[in-house]
Amino acid sequence: MRRAERVMIMTKFTKILMMTSAMAMAGAAHAQDGEPIKIGVLHSLSGTMAISETTLKDTVLMMVEQQNAKGGVLGRPLEAVVVDPASDWPLFAEKARELLTVSEVDAIFGCWTSVSRKSVLPVIEELNGLLFYPVQYEGEESSKNVIYTGAAPNQQAIPAVDYMAEELGVEKWALLGTDYVYPRTTNNILESYLKENGLAEDEIFVNYTPFGHSDWSKIVADVVALGADGKKVGVVSTINGDANVGFYKELAAAGVSADDIPVMAFSVGEEELSGLDTANLVGHLAAWNYFQTAESDENTAFIEEWQKFTDESRVTNDPMEATMIGFNAWVAAVEKAGTTDVDPVLDAIVGVEVPNLTGGTAQVLPNHHLTKPVLIGEIREDGQFDIVSQTEPVPGDAWTDFLPESAVLDADWPGKDCGMYNTETESCVQVQSNY
Amino acid sequence: MTHATRPLIAALVAFLLLIPALPAHANDALRAVVAQNMDQIEKPSRRTVGPLIDQIAATGAEGVALLGAWADRRLGLSTDGRVLIVDGDIVTDAVTGAPVPGADPKMLRPNSGVRGVIESALVASQISDPDPAIRSAALESIARSGTADHLAALTAAAADPDPTLQARRDRLRTLLTIQHDDDSATRIAAIESLGGDVGLDFRAVLNPLLSTRQIAATAPPEGANIARELSPGDDALSRNAAYDLLKAQGIAQPRLTADAQRDALAAHIADGAVGGIPVADLSDPAARDRAYKALEATGQVTPAATEAEAQAAIDAHRFYEVYAEPDSAVTDAATAAQRSAQTRLLAMRGVDLGLDALSLASIYFLAAIGLAITFGVMGVINMAHGEFIMMGAYTGYVVQGLISDRTLSLIVALPAAFAVTFIAGVALYRLVIRHLAKRPLETLLATFGVSIALQQLAKNIFGTQARPLTAPGWLEGAITVNDVISISTIRVAIFVLAVLFLGLFLFIMKRTRLGLEVRAVTQNPGMAASMGINPDRIAMMTFGLGSGIAGIAGVAIGLFAQVTSELGQQYIVQSFMTVVVGGVGNIWGTLAGAGLIGVLSKVIESFNPSNTLAAQTFMILFIVIFIQFRPRGIIPQRGRAAEA
Amino acid sequence: MTRKPLILRNPSILIVLAVLAGFTLTVTLLSQAYGSGVIPTSMIKVLGKTLCLALAAVAMDLVWGYLGILSLGQMAFFALGGYMIGQWLMYARTEAIVAASMAQNPIPPTPAELQTGVANQIFGVVGSSDLPLVWSFAHSLPIQLALVVLVPGVLALVFGWLAFRSRVNGVYLSILTQAMTLALALWLFQNDSGFRGNNGLSGLQNIPGLEGVGQARLSVWFLWASALALGVAYLLAAWVISGKFGSVVRAIRDDETRVRFLGYPVEGFKLAVFTLAAMMTAIAGALYYPQAGIINPAELAPIASIYLAVWVAIGGRGRLYGAIIGAVVVSLLSSWFTGGRAPAIELPFYSVNWVDWWQVLLGVAFVLVTLFAPRGIAGIVDWLGGVMPPRRHGRDLGPDQGALQEQEAKA
Repeated sequence: MRRAERVMIMTKFTKILMMTSAMAMAGAAHAQDGEPIKIGVLHSLSGTMAISETTLKDTVLMMVEQQNAKGGVLGRPLEAVVVDPASDWPLFAEKARELLTVSEVDAIFGCWTSVSRKSVLPVIEELNGLLFYPVQYEGEESSKNVIYTGAAPNQQAIPAVDYMAEELGVEKWALLGTDYVYPRTTNNILESYLKENGLAEDEIFVNYTPFGHSDWSKIVADVVALGADGKKVGVVSTINGDANVGFYKELAAAGVSADDIPVMAFSVGEEELSGLDTANLVGHLAAWNYFQTAESDENTAFIEEWQKFTDESRVTNDPMEATMIGFNAWVAAVEKAGTTDVDPVLDAIVGVEVPNLTGGTAQVLPNHHLTKPVLIGEIREDGQFDIVSQTEPVPGDAWTDFLPESAVLDADWPGKDCGMYNTETESCVQVQSNY
Repeated sequence: MTHATRPLIAALVAFLLLIPALPAHANDALRAVVAQNMDQIEKPSRRTVGPLIDQIAATGAEGVALLGAWADRRLGLSTDGRVLIVDGDIVTDAVTGAPVPGADPKMLRPNSGVRGVIESALVASQISDPDPAIRSAALESIARSGTADHLAALTAAAADPDPTLQARRDRLRTLLTIQHDDDSATRIAAIESLGGDVGLDFRAVLNPLLSTRQIAATAPPEGANIARELSPGDDALSRNAAYDLLKAQGIAQPRLTADAQRDALAAHIADGAVGGIPVADLSDPAARDRAYKALEATGQVTPAATEAEAQAAIDAHRFYEVYAEPDSAVTDAATAAQRSAQTRLLAMRGVDLGLDALSLASIYFLAAIGLAITFGVMGVINMAHGEFIMMGAYTGYVVQGLISDRTLSLIVALPAAFAVTFIAGVALYRLVIRHLAKRPLETLLATFGVSIALQQLAKNIFGTQARPLTAPGWLEGAITVNDVISISTIRVAIFVLAVLFLGLFLFIMKRTRLGLEVRAVTQNPGMAASMGINPDRIAMMTFGLGSGIAGIAGVAIGLFAQVTSELGQQYIVQSFMTVVVGGVGNIWGTLAGAGLIGVLSKVIESFNPSNTLAAQTFMILFIVIFIQFRPRGIIPQRGRAAEA
Repeated sequence: MTRKPLILRNPSILIVLAVLAGFTLTVTLLSQAYGSGVIPTSMIKVLGKTLCLALAAVAMDLVWGYLGILSLGQMAFFALGGYMIGQWLMYARTEAIVAASMAQNPIPPTPAELQTGVANQIFGVVGSSDLPLVWSFAHSLPIQLALVVLVPGVLALVFGWLAFRSRVNGVYLSILTQAMTLALALWLFQNDSGFRGNNGLSGLQNIPGLEGVGQARLSVWFLWASALALGVAYLLAAWVISGKFGSVVRAIRDDETRVRFLGYPVEGFKLAVFTLAAMMTAIAGALYYPQAGIINPAELAPIASIYLAVWVAIGGRGRLYGAIIGAVVVSLLSSWFTGGRAPAIELPFYSVNWVDWWQVLLGVAFVLVTLFAPRGIAGIVDWLGGVMPPRRHGRDLGPDQGALQEQEAKA
């Protein structure tokens, strides 16, 4: 045991060494002249979200290093200001204010959970900052000061459900989620979408569990019992983080194979699977806009850079791709605008098109979302995904069409200067976001 | 491969077809089918792939081999557009059967829906396969998506030499008969032969037969299989639902909604007023009604259905529930079969819930038993107890990393976890708790400090992500009585472990010298000391024992849940509750506490299956209130010790 | 006999108030809105929040240091206060937005439509459009302000009455208070409870009606309010623990049974102090969250209340200024260490990254303080002031197991 621990400490130690050196490199001005351009990195480095968010911090640092090697932006070097909001939501607002007023950064890359984004929103809007938000989320928002580089529901949830109905023949749905806003809103949208497609109330089973839930036997039994009326059951899982471990273990113990009851997960990626023995999960599904197994030259190069920057064993995932796209879009917009000031950059960024890692391009839309292809992956034994379906790029929709209140809403920043535009009354409901 | 190149490749394949120098046994029909359907083979869809599969299967043995490889994801496309079967290192051309050395095919990845369709097509030939595993898989495939063709194939197939497989096949045939047979008498016989059965597959066949829809009509519909007549206003059909039904069938006009009214008014604003009422006043609902009335009177808007009209429409119609299945004899038989299974089903659901509750209770008991020793018997409060559970789980993870055989690693992990947490417990006692004797609140706080530090240490060493701790093969799976009652093996093992520890605890306390001394020290340390017992040593040993058991509990919990640095935190409050609710100082109390909490959580959860969080909230709330009324727990400590 | 006024009997009160006033004045003069701008607005907010935490710590000290109840559920009251004020902040701000938006419609909205619009804005994000019953008074500032003290007060009263009546004491009571805050947190986590679940209430830093003021000035105003609340609460707490009432309270801490035999209504005293402390904590929360900007159920997780106890213990319990010192020092240190600004210690074989190791240090420091310095930082003040424990020749200072022992009194 002691040996294993030491090995563990060693890898941790080398990682920290590499990280500090990376920070030093990011901070150092290379050959370029001029004042460095500062960008903020607002990801938790401690607390419960650290495991997911630290990866994104490293991604930004890697992108900064690459950009500086290419000669920086506008002939000036980039400098990353890293702060740690410690998975504490009020701290996100505090640190964002600090970044914007004390460090005076020109753009912020950050946040993971919806609640952290909602915490930062008022500050960003008050101080007219610019945030790149890299995670798939529940939609129903479009802020002037945020570029949403992750998937909106129509870029992940709806196509995934279509896939299950079309390709797997699912007729009865279990929507299982952790009790917080992303699963709640996503499941609401899905429920209303499924009902629009003619499903009855009792053909949809919804369940919410707390974070880190571990006692899954009854819920799995409930899901299995749904098959009692002879319809094929499918599970749409928005279960978050660690709770997935217990869920999949119980599923395997109950002998439920992917052929009987397929599980489509929206929050399980390459990172999460590393905490599991995937032998029993083969064939279950996940929907993202990127998988490490995507076949493209950009992806091969990205993975190589990443493993060189961190270490050989590190996987890549969807939010990393979103971070990369956001960074490149910002660089392109700054070059186009010729300045780092937020308003000209925001004007310039709409319409910018940068390559993604799945062999296509991502375009920044007037509603501050991106076009993204939807990928469905089946879990393999080695913890990676077999991509079984890939669509053409889908434009992100800030306000879903499947909830009556938001169907009439539209976001169009350059055109109408409004993120919540009511197309029925033809008026702007509010310029600031609802937090 | 892009869309643009695909026709090109198809042309190329067609061109290759014309080259005469090909092996003699090439299957020309298969070649033609493959060439025509390259798109479909490359990107198949479950909905449309059926006919293609039938065509390929019809081309003979090579076609079947291709399908088999396709379903197993062993099919690839060569760069020149040939379809290749990959079998380990050997790559052969699917059409010609000729080996293709040095090929680097792009593997095809049909999704599981398509694979299901392929398997279903191959099933007929597999029912009589010599390999029992393939026969079993074939039956499983039919059970998933049986068709009338399968029924015929099952009926025609020769008897299976394996009696279990034959029994499964018979059952499948009965089920398919109910679904697909033409003769209603045969179907009824099939239904009756399974009467009272609670199997999920049987219920899955019965329920679609009994599915109904509601219709409104003025007279009983001709030729429909009517389940029952509904009267509007009762539970099955509220008056509003009845009116919605009328609206849906286009019989009645929709009622006026507030939104529709507002829009109608907005459309008729004239000179700052609607129907003579100034716009500014229209923030009052009553004013809006008056304005709408005024518009109705002038005929500017269509009159909406009034409440009285709606009631009249409902009263003028009769409402029926109609079976989708036209044959009433079949539905009667199905209803009878369903009814006879109902009571058993209910009882079995109860048993299953009981098993879940028992399992949860044993998990709580296992997590709390160490605490029952340190807190219950010794009265030392240890908030780092949860972190000892976590340490045990991580020990299991580390051992599994060193020993790859899972059974062996589990056998090593259990004592290792005990040893690690025993040492940690003794160290904690010597360094901290001993110096805070008789000051429980300080002990509580100091051990909290230890808990915070240990948790962060675990994060620093192992990271925040969950670590895998996997049960050996013989603990995987579930013990299944039938489709309703089933419990995973690992939970049974935890139950057994809990019972073992209960026995061990009782043995140590009642039958060993240590137990005697522990009891002496807890009753009167001064007197015990004068009898030659070293109270300090005894307390240390007992504390170590309690901590060690927590470590073993950690391994057990890690096997069925996730191993994270917060593992202990999830159980610590519940564990204390268990001990306190049960009654301090008595192992039976802890058992009763765990039982109460386990049963209660599951019962509350079954009331509202869609919200697990609510169940937990109400459970804790119940405990808080319970303790207010029975502060000494279910089994209170009696005598002088109780006053301490 | 005429007694000397409270302040003269306790010179520490004057010192604390003077320090507080000086601190507030200095910060104001260095702020961006009213002075040189040396201290940025984000730092003003941190200082204002720290004052609120100090207020909560004073209340905690009242309950723990003087009454002897180690309440591990104080943050429940803190967060409840925040939720109550947050309801109004959110409702009023949203109502203004919705009303402005609806004013563009051709027909003025009915009150019902306005309310639906507000509910849609607030709850649309969590998939609902009805205003829950608990939001019935959210439109009214006076009612919500009253609820800030009433809701936590009633909760403390009912919980305390039940617990004290059945003589739940010591460790049991601590665990029970912890269970209370856990149950409340779990309940708030549910979307069905009507407080927006995990998202909580956000955008609280934008005060309706004061949109034009700007955060720079608002943050200073809140600093003043927090300082004022802390000063008043300190006076109140000092008054409560002085005199006969205070003597009884401390006597209950040292030996509850004996006080009961002397004929004092022990439960009544406990209930009064417990409820008062809950209300003080709630006020602290109501001032804290408009500065933090967001409140969600994670704020009342059991660990938060434990940290409160840790601050008081490190600062020195049983001394009101000790609680303030502890809260200020530890919470500011915490945010400095976890902020990623603290320089890493480079050892030859390992680099101590404070983001990772601060918690370990805090935990260990806490154990050490409990073991070796039960009086915490305030012990230094005693030492300087030459306050020596009475000589009891080895006898305990109180007969109860939990009472101060001579060994500690010397420490």
